[in-house]
Amino acid sequence: MTVDPYPDYMRESINKVEKTRDKRAKETIDQCSPDEITDVLNNFHPDFIKEQKTKLRFGVSKGEVVPLEVAKIVETKSVLNPKAIDLKKIDFDTDILIVGGGGAGANAALWALKSGVKPENILIVTKLRMGDSNTTMAQGGIQAAVRSVDSPAIHYLDAYGGGHYENDPPLVKRLVRDAPLVLKWYEELGMMFDKFDDGTMDAIHGGGTSRKRMHFAKDFTGAEIMKTLRDEVFNNNIKVLEFSPAIELIKDENGQVAGAVLLNLDSKEYIVVRAKATILTTGGFGRLHIQGFPTTNHYGATFDGCIMGYRAGAPLKLMKSVQYHPTGAAFPEQIVGLLVTEKVRGKGAQVVNKNGEQFCFPLETRDVEASLLIRECVGKNNGIVTPTGQPGLWLDSPLIEVIHGEGTIEKNFAAMVKQFGRFGVDMIQDPILIYPTLHYQNGGLAINENAETKIKNLYAAGEVHGGAHGSNRLMGNSLLGISVFGRAAGISAAKKVGKVTLGKLTLAHVGQYNALCDEHKVKNPPSPIIFPDYTEAKHKDRILPTDFLI
Amino acid sequence: MVTEIKHELVKIIVANTEYAVPSNLTIMKALEYLGWRLDRGVGCRAGFCGACSTIYRLQGDHKLYTGLACATMVENGMLIAQIPISPANKKQYNIEALKAEPNTMLEYYPEIAKCISCNTCTKACPMDIEVMDYVQAALRGDITQAALLSFDCIMCGLCATRCPAEISQFNVGILARRLYGRYIAPKYKQLDKRVKEVEKGIYDAEIDKMIKAEKKQITKLYNARVREKD
Ligand SMILES: Cc1cc2nc3c(=O)[nH]c(=O)nc-3n(C[C@H](O)[C@H](O)[C@H](O)COP(=O)(O)OP(=O)(O)OC[C@H]3O[C@@H](n4cnc5c(N)ncnc54)[C@H](O)[C@@H]3O)c2cc1C
Ligand code: SF4
Ligand code: SF4
Ligand code: FES
Repeated sequence: MTVDPYPDYMRESINKVEKTRDKRAKETIDQCSPDEITDVLNNFHPDFIKEQKTKLRFGVSKGEVVPLEVAKIVETKSVLNPKAIDLKKIDFDTDILIVGGGGAGANAALWALKSGVKPENILIVTKLRMGDSNTTMAQGGIQAAVRSVDSPAIHYLDAYGGGHYENDPPLVKRLVRDAPLVLKWYEELGMMFDKFDDGTMDAIHGGGTSRKRMHFAKDFTGAEIMKTLRDEVFNNNIKVLEFSPAIELIKDENGQVAGAVLLNLDSKEYIVVRAKATILTTGGFGRLHIQGFPTTNHYGATFDGCIMGYRAGAPLKLMKSVQYHPTGAAFPEQIVGLLVTEKVRGKGAQVVNKNGEQFCFPLETRDVEASLLIRECVGKNNGIVTPTGQPGLWLDSPLIEVIHGEGTIEKNFAAMVKQFGRFGVDMIQDPILIYPTLHYQNGGLAINENAETKIKNLYAAGEVHGGAHGSNRLMGNSLLGISVFGRAAGISAAKKVGKVTLGKLTLAHVGQYNALCDEHKVKNPPSPIIFPDYTEAKHKDRILPTDFLI
Repeated sequence: MVTEIKHELVKIIVANTEYAVPSNLTIMKALEYLGWRLDRGVGCRAGFCGACSTIYRLQGDHKLYTGLACATMVENGMLIAQIPISPANKKQYNIEALKAEPNTMLEYYPEIAKCISCNTCTKACPMDIEVMDYVQAALRGDITQAALLSFDCIMCGLCATRCPAEISQFNVGILARRLYGRYIAPKYKQLDKRVKEVEKGIYDAEIDKMIKAEKKQITKLYNARVREKD
């Protein structure tokens, strides 16, 4: 006999959910009106809690509103002592340095190659293994306006309005315009998108879309993209340094970016890379656990790229807004925070409170949906609290099979069925408990439509950038964004490298930033942090310095 | 409502040293509980990336088990070792120059002919993939079957670690999938059409008009959108 993973009081609530299921199957709830949206965001979205925000006190984006956790990690000295680095000994001399081995990084490398840069003149450096990234984790899909009822212009409106009109219009234009091009390239590379017999790619809605334009490869869309791109990187002899995170950018005496200092995680030696173009594709910041939220992000998502770029003088933008995904797992404890893709709601699962009642339209834009869920739990006390104190609401997954027939869940959500199944929860039979989770860094380094930052020779693409998605990214637009802007970065860097001449290398900007920190008497621990620290404090006090072993 | 639950402690053996850890932890979290700040054998922490391949034995059991550290719970008497990187045989190819023919797989990975059908790979796979079946399909030249069966592969390498025929199954799998995706799956014709339209700049004027529009106007447009039926 299998043990019920749910304690009795949760099981009782599930019984209520089951009782209302057939009736709910026919019930639809209206989307919120613009006024209701403003109201619920103001009162319940974590971004609107003033005490959780502060203004950056120094640096190029002085005055930019950021979460406290971001201020703590930006307003601080570098882990690198610039004086200890010998920049005369260059370990790698390359045309293009790509920092980050996720989807944006791989795209940049492959498009630089396609634009004529030789593979030996491209270097990808990454923190963990090539492909260990948020990209690999993306389940839901990638947007592209392809169907005849759809158009890039409609896509533009969805993304721009969904981003609360705070997006950079030229970036949105490039995003939606290039979408069919990148999707076509992905098809040519051999990615296995879900298709009908005539070749038409399946497409569904995501939160905030007015046309069905999310294309997907089962619930492994990001993995399918990443595995294929990585295979291409390896096929083309592009050099990859793994377990070698960048820790600061290098500039030259003329103020242009000219490479980076890396850390070899094994020998703990530094590595000097000189490059004519440096492309930051370091991804997001989920592991900073803004406001204590659990996260969907991979282990290396610690904001490094933004910090390095900022110290080098590249502005940050839209850092005030953070994306909380409405549906992170809230139970069992082992997987709290992990993503339950929006597609589950796209396929018909409703969000239901402890009494078995549906209380909102399931596919509002993410910020609105997350706020509605928080209101139901915190504001109305209609949530369920798990034995470890985590609040949550039911996502009625079995409803999917009531609507679409038996087997639909296994066919579409194999990865998730497995994820819950490992811990005894059967999402085909039982609803799953969910709560908003920290998902995406909406803001980041400012770029133009060619992925150039304000600093010469420095490019940024993917989640590390801020602008294309405004203050709220739509589902499926990030996999698109890394593809479009990773590609743009590779192409524009390839065009420029021939014309770049570098002067004497320097880390003076790091020294200057450190001096600013002294001036402002900051006491935060140095950054970038490279990895989060999940060990308990009791261990910290006992750690001996082990430099003598190195 | 909130009740503190105390979890019983179980014994695990890491680096041949015995430790007591709470029973509700995954192997990965147990290592962190011991004070290790991980910089290897860790990635997504969600069963998607294959960075945390782990082999272990259980007390009183002669078998060698495989699993993902982020998705496997500790058990009493577990003897643990991690394999963060899988040394694999990866062949290079230009996908555009390949042909999806029955012998393509064999040409690049001739070792699949040495498969002894022992099914060890399937038993080792943390994603419950029928690994042996996809290797056999590749051997038969059934690219479609090999692609479909291997689709969920996270390239953790555990199958390859256990294979007596020294096959790098997951690299066979990705070759099959790319051949299938590029050459066998039907093409999306409307996509070609849309690409041409975009390249001709057909949508640029409409987007530029929206870029130039006043906020009030664009807000009105946005709020007037009609959502396509599911
Ligand atoms: C669980 C999950 C599900 C998602 N689902 C979807 C979806 O369905 N659709 C969608 O569009 N988007 C989705 N997203 C968002 C999307 O996947 C990411 O925003 C996107 O893939 C980010 O790509 P990237 O290349 O910018 O960053 P990443 O893919 O995260 O890659 C960043 C890389 O940089 C490396 N790195 C970091 N710091 C350093 C450093 N200092 N030095 C060297 N390397 C470094 C990292 O290790 C990593 O390899 C999802 C995200 C998550 C977490
Ligand atoms: S097929 Fe092999 S590499 Fe792929 S998930 Fe299974 S064990 Fe891992
Ligand atoms: S483990 Fe190797 S030999 Fe055994 S079935 Fe799998 S591929 Fe064949
Ligand atoms: S850390 Fe990615 S599969 Fe375990």
